[in-house]
Amino acid sequence: MFYRESGDFKSSYAADQQTFPIKFDRIAIYAFVAFLFLVVPFFINDYWEKSIILPVLVWSLAALGLNILTGYCGQVSLGTGGFMAVGAYASYKLTTSFPEMNMFLVIIMSGGITALVGIVFGLPSLRIKGFYLAVATLAAQFFLVWLFNKVPWFYNYSASGMITVPERTVFGVAVTGSNAPPWATYLFCLIFVVVFALIARNLTRGRLGRSWMAIRDMDIAAEIIGVAPLSAKLSAFAISSFYIGLSGALFFSIYLGAAEPTEAFGIDKSFLVLFMIIIGGLGSIFGSFIGAAFMFLLPVLFKNIMVGGFGWPTDMVQHLIFMLVGGLIMFFLIVEPHGLAQLWRVTKEKLRLWPFPH
Amino acid sequence: MSPMILNTIEVILNGLMAGVMYALVALGFVLIFKASGIFNYAQGVMALFAALTLVGFQTGQVPFSHLINVVFGTNYHHWSSGINSFLAILLTMLVMVGLAWLVERVVLRHLVNQEQIILFMATIGLAFFMEGLGDLMWGANIKVLDVGLPSGGSFWWEDVTREWASEGSEYYGMYIDVLDVWAAGIAIVLVIALTIFSQYTKTGRALRAVADDHQAALTVGISLRTIWVVVWSIAGFVALVAGIMWGSKSGIQFSLSLIALKALPVLILGGFTSIPGAIIGGLIIGVGEKLFEFGIGPLIGGATENWFAYVLALIFLMFRPQGLFGDKIIERV
Repeated sequence: MFYRESGDFKSSYAADQQTFPIKFDRIAIYAFVAFLFLVVPFFINDYWEKSIILPVLVWSLAALGLNILTGYCGQVSLGTGGFMAVGAYASYKLTTSFPEMNMFLVIIMSGGITALVGIVFGLPSLRIKGFYLAVATLAAQFFLVWLFNKVPWFYNYSASGMITVPERTVFGVAVTGSNAPPWATYLFCLIFVVVFALIARNLTRGRLGRSWMAIRDMDIAAEIIGVAPLSAKLSAFAISSFYIGLSGALFFSIYLGAAEPTEAFGIDKSFLVLFMIIIGGLGSIFGSFIGAAFMFLLPVLFKNIMVGGFGWPTDMVQHLIFMLVGGLIMFFLIVEPHGLAQLWRVTKEKLRLWPFPH
Repeated sequence: MSPMILNTIEVILNGLMAGVMYALVALGFVLIFKASGIFNYAQGVMALFAALTLVGFQTGQVPFSHLINVVFGTNYHHWSSGINSFLAILLTMLVMVGLAWLVERVVLRHLVNQEQIILFMATIGLAFFMEGLGDLMWGANIKVLDVGLPSGGSFWWEDVTREWASEGSEYYGMYIDVLDVWAAGIAIVLVIALTIFSQYTKTGRALRAVADDHQAALTVGISLRTIWVVVWSIAGFVALVAGIMWGSKSGIQFSLSLIALKALPVLILGGFTSIPGAIIGGLIIGVGEKLFEFGIGPLIGGATENWFAYVLALIFLMFRPQGLFGDKIIERV
């Protein structure tokens, strides 16, 4: 009834090519973003900020990055944790070496540094594919974490080997450290997520995104019709690493505040982000968000029900959550291998015809 | 001989032993990959699960006792003081066969014809599931596994090697764990047994036929489903052996499941489809990482074993993408 393109006439090329061509979509998304920016900051408190909203935002950004590489360009990577560590350590080195630098610039530059590292580890993708590449990216994961553990320069020779973020302000309001108000950290992360989600959305439907998808669907055929694999694959690695670096920098400097590489950026994080994009939907921007929220919030929900509701011991609940998450992944792959985003697409198709499906 | 050379020999020998252990895990991967094209990430967790179950039977634990006690307020722990190791191994094998059947029935059957990457993800899900299941069934505390294999340093070998050192030098002999030697022996027996099985038995031939060409195998009347159950059972058996070896060596704990990650570069070196490749890949990785840690590790801060195998595999792949013994990759549009 409401969700349809009919009657929504476009009279210019620009209108036809806009980011959200369907009016209902456009209004809903703008309203939602306005709600996030204008309403949520007034009601956010410490609990919601620290345990729900910030991690979901940060993981969404990471999932977005991996989705660009794996979902759009078809290159499986298990090095996400390592690249997040690069972003985190880059932001740490930048904030401590240049205390005057604007935090926005710090985070963006951390992403840039991670992009360079990503290109280096993406080079093997020109020769190897599929599982072999996945294992090759494990080299990035383990080598980078080891590097940050063993080279004292990265953690400024601190005795514990941990990195701790110093307090930095944006427009006079602290966004890092323990004095930062919840709304400030929230808005800071939200700006990055919204801006870069829009950029990702537009990148993936432009020339670059199309060349990635051509490579994903069949790289030899893509090469024959004139897509350069070198630039397509490496740009996917660079941009994906940029996003993951951003999320790593935000994860460390805004959300965690202090980090230790083996714990915070281990291989389990790589798998977590991979699960997010699979459950959410490979090759879907919306799917990255929904997957990140789902994979992060589900264990929290189960934990609250079982520990808080039934009063079961935490360690046992942890094992149950492992089983549930594993079971759900298999369930989703069997029932809907294209993820939650596909379910949403199906729902939209149905909505178009509703209430007269025949 | 100077102590330096002897030390190097010791490192190489220990690397070979470690390599055998990696190869044991990699073997399970290769078996499943050959027969069903599934890259089974859960192989490491299967080893953990098998070892946990074995200890559970040995000590006579009640499965799920923690859960049962919490839900019903009871206090069960053990149903007996434990059973004979041999019987426990047989029972564990039965459990692994049951698991193989369940995996085929519940998961794989529905994923036929999906892309490889989807199947791979499904096995990661399976790995999570089994990890939770194993801990929930038998408890997450670190367990000691003892099936009667000897362990500890070999004094005889220490005495023999002490004689080799040149006169007057301070050398106290080489350290070699007897358990590692046993593991190497068992691995060799296992490989020979698997080779004989796949060459000379009817089921073994069927396995190879399926590995060669699924559709051709189907047309000559081989049941894919049965074969998959058989393959997963054999992989379960290999996992049990690997679990026993790793468990006796370093106790049964969560980190056991991470050996799956170590087996990946081994597979890459050897090629996903070659059993001798898995063995030789394991040996190369084992010796390589021990030598690197011994020679270069101290210069750059140590703990290089964490990443050496992956970087070696990465560099190797640049030159030979199909691995040492893998089939040549031919791509067509």
